Amino acid sequence: MGVLIPREYGGAGLDALAFSICIEELAQACASTAVIVDVHTSVGTEPILLFGDEEQKRRWLPRLAKGELLGAFALSEPSSGSDAASLKTSARRDGDAYVLSGTKVFITNIGHAGLYIVFARTGADERAAGISAFIVPAGTDGLRVGQVFHKMGLHGSPTGELVLDDVRVPAANRLGAEGQGFTVAMRALDSGRIGISGQALGIARAAVDETRATMRERGHDQGDDFTLADMAARLESARLLAYHAAWRCSRGLRFTREASMSKLHCTDTAMRLAIDALQIAGEDGAVSGSPFERHVRDAKALQIYEGSNQVQRVVIARELLRAG
Amino acid sequence: MDFEFSAEQVAIRDTIRELVQDRVAPRAAEIDEKSEYPKDIERLFADNGILGIPFPEEYGGISGSSVTICMGIEEIAKACASSSLILAVQALGSYPILVAGSEEQKKRLCPPLASGEKVAAYALSEPGSGSDAGAMKTSAKRYGNEYVLNGTKQFITHGSVASTLVVFAQTGGGEDHRGVSAFVLERETSPWTVSKIEHKLGIRGSPTAQIVLEDVKVPASNRLGEEGAGFKLALAVLDRSRPGIGAQALGIAEGAFDYALNYVKERQQFGQPISSFQGIQFMLADIATQIEASRHLVYLAATKVDAKAPDLTKIAAMAKLFASDMAMGVTTDCVQLLGGYGYISDYPVERMMRDAKITQIYEGTNQIQRVVIARALLR
Repeated sequence: MGVLIPREYGGAGLDALAFSICIEELAQACASTAVIVDVHTSVGTEPILLFGDEEQKRRWLPRLAKGELLGAFALSEPSSGSDAASLKTSARRDGDAYVLSGTKVFITNIGHAGLYIVFARTGADERAAGISAFIVPAGTDGLRVGQVFHKMGLHGSPTGELVLDDVRVPAANRLGAEGQGFTVAMRALDSGRIGISGQALGIARAAVDETRATMRERGHDQGDDFTLADMAARLESARLLAYHAAWRCSRGLRFTREASMSKLHCTDTAMRLAIDALQIAGEDGAVSGSPFERHVRDAKALQIYEGSNQVQRVVIARELLRAG
Repeated sequence: MDFEFSAEQVAIRDTIRELVQDRVAPRAAEIDEKSEYPKDIERLFADNGILGIPFPEEYGGISGSSVTICMGIEEIAKACASSSLILAVQALGSYPILVAGSEEQKKRLCPPLASGEKVAAYALSEPGSGSDAGAMKTSAKRYGNEYVLNGTKQFITHGSVASTLVVFAQTGGGEDHRGVSAFVLERETSPWTVSKIEHKLGIRGSPTAQIVLEDVKVPASNRLGEEGAGFKLALAVLDRSRPGIGAQALGIAEGAFDYALNYVKERQQFGQPISSFQGIQFMLADIATQIEASRHLVYLAATKVDAKAPDLTKIAAMAKLFASDMAMGVTTDCVQLLGGYGYISDYPVERMMRDAKITQIYEGTNQIQRVVIARALLR
């Protein structure tokens, strides 16, 4: 749980590449487990690691590293998904505290998280510049779980609404400066995308491995052989792209474009390979309890969350077309 | 090629469209959630003559045309893929009788199916023989005027709810396709047992059964065609039913696209409907083009079936292959268009994506369709 947290705060002190490998290993067995750990480690913890002051780090990171607290990330709202800068949740300053009100949606680890990184509007600016980030511990008065969604896949990972009804948070729980929240969110999502890439690689690898086992056991013709070859080639290319993004992140280089390319390509690969694997497995694979049908249901979420693949394309194109 | 549907076909389609909107669409989410066979929808289709579509008038039906069957399946599948199988499997289970049955058999067996008093199913696959149907092990031994059947059939759509079951079994000494014969089992007199109902990724309202035949007696008068002619019949039936699976895939894709198209026009992000973004517009354009191309191929194939055209095997396989691959891609994209909402069961598109996958697999996997197409090309 503390892969990315430095040893001085009780973590393992490993880098983004190690994180990606950890998530892949979890996801090749169980994508639900992988996303619980991924969200905790990246978007649920890294904002404190990267933007917290020393006191915040000492207070929260050791408990997150031990797994005493599970982290979660509350950015999306019913009317603000891809357009995150338009969020409406408000944070009103009141003495040495803020009072937060609003509804967050599609929150992974809902109900099980010990703390939520919540993004809310503190300033008059109606776009990104008016947003701040807060550490909101579970159990704070006025904080409650709304609807928990029934989803196509990732059934082991709860997703739902977080309702904030005049939630009073000490000013000491604000992460970074007022108005810096959007930057916190975007930076968290950059490395979150490395984690999601790892999750996608795990699903894709399982799809390839299970397909190989099925074909060895059952016999195979050239049509399926070629599909398997394409699957394996695509998996390798996706993994190298993911490792490249993780490596740049670990070295402190700019990695926004690479992380988006990796998330886009790895998750599209996971979806494609899950569908191809089920096709080779045939009707036996479509029966509940078979890993083949589960991979298809799980993989689809990855193309959507932590920035839909449409948003990744927007990011990649913007980076490519940036002047200079 | 332009398809001119007859006034009668258009009238049938419009009737089905209205019934589906009023009675099937409101039930679709519940049918999926509860994984229950919608007996009420079966009765609705029976009462409104929809189950008579696969049969010509002389056998108590209203059409018998593959084009009309496809129109019906497509309309139902737009709202509920599980319910569309009620018509599709009625057609699949009846084709063997219509194709290979004697006049006496057709006159006796078809009218109760056409009226919907009885429901049909088709039992070909076995645990050890899916794509390789010739390797089936179910046996039929003749004793005087009857046969005794033993074996296990796997993945039989509606095998648990049908009252008329067409079963393929080995009558010859050999173990290959040359010994396969076809039989009609009527449940009251030739009862089979259901050993398992599968839980599936999709089409959860359409029960998929494993069936056990244990010393099931079938009158020789219920054998379809000659001994040993069963395998050829099985393939001929699949040729005719494949456009129907194409139509089902088409309907699923259209249902998902209708929903997603409305959604992107209404969903506001960045101060405008997301349909104003070109990235979304290009997805819409690709989806609509794919659907249109599939529709033409599906109805071309259905026309070929009705005309008994020499290339019907190839075109039917192409229609099934193309439309089902299309439906899988299109429904996956439609979930994408709805974003997080597409992934939760409060919205219908995740169900449609789960339902689409089976169209690539059943009634001959798409790998088998490619084998069939390549064989036709290289003959």
